[in-house]
Amino acid sequence: MIDIGLGHYLTLGAVIFSIGIIGIFLNRKNIIVILMSIELILLAVNINLVSFSIYLGDLSGQVFTLFILTVAAAEAAIGLAIIVVYFRNSGTIRVEEIDKLKG
Amino acid sequence: MIAHAIFFYVFSVIAVVSAIMVTVSKNTVHSVFFLILDFISISCLFIMIGAEFLGMIMLIVYVGAVAVLFLFVVMMLNVAQQKNQWFVSKDSSRHIPIGLLISVIIFFELIIVIGGWKYKPDLFNSAKSSLENGVSNTHSLGQILYTDYIHVFQISGMILLIAMIGAIVLTFRQREGVKKQSYLKQISRERTEGVEVLEVASNKGVKIDD
Repeated sequence: MIDIGLGHYLTLGAVIFSIGIIGIFLNRKNIIVILMSIELILLAVNINLVSFSIYLGDLSGQVFTLFILTVAAAEAAIGLAIIVVYFRNSGTIRVEEIDKLKG
Repeated sequence: MIAHAIFFYVFSVIAVVSAIMVTVSKNTVHSVFFLILDFISISCLFIMIGAEFLGMIMLIVYVGAVAVLFLFVVMMLNVAQQKNQWFVSKDSSRHIPIGLLISVIIFFELIIVIGGWKYKPDLFNSAKSSLENGVSNTHSLGQILYTDYIHVFQISGMILLIAMIGAIVLTFRQREGVKKQSYLKQISRERTEGVEVLEVASNKGVKIDD
């Protein structure tokens, strides 16, 4: 309990990952919160990579965390642009009312 | 060791609670604020276990750029007033049990994987040498980022460029009736199309058709 090891960090990553999945499934509000849940999932992946990198003494994990950060920033920018365009066209971003593809 | 444990538990409890608040809070602006709190506490954890550079980059990129971008979009789209109505329609409540089930299954699968690592403890006794020879984290990260991973680094730069162009193209719109200054049109005017020399007869005046 006192001796913090790799398992504690991986458990923290697993908890945040699962909260992100729950956020995607249970969201009834607007689609921005779904994007934020995706950011949480990427954050959990970053926690796993960094903790493995520290405990194995290998820096590759931190380099790949940097690249995940880049991709997450690009994804957030594109996703928010798509949301802005959708809101301009249809006037809503509620998840229930986005049903143009009849999914 | 005690201090490390205390800091770990404090930061991880803050991170988990704020992650829950991101998903359940009724106001979208509050969700963004809790997302910022989550990123800050995770970057404190990163700094604590020795990845200082990534902790600082997380602060700059996520809190400084991504979260502020979310905040801009939330305020621009005026969705803060759209209050969250949880579990209202019958159609939506059918997703909730299956979503909870899948999340719990994923969580336990991850826990089983982590438990499996404990049976290979000899893996972590291998060399920690590269981090402990007096070189700082930022220095060593820079040494391998610009040599071994240079192509991946440049590709990530291209990804950022494409994302920027894509976001601009998606949200660009041509407005009607907006007067703009066109430098090319201004400097490519010739004298012949701007000035006309007319012969003026006396006592008649000139009629210019326009």
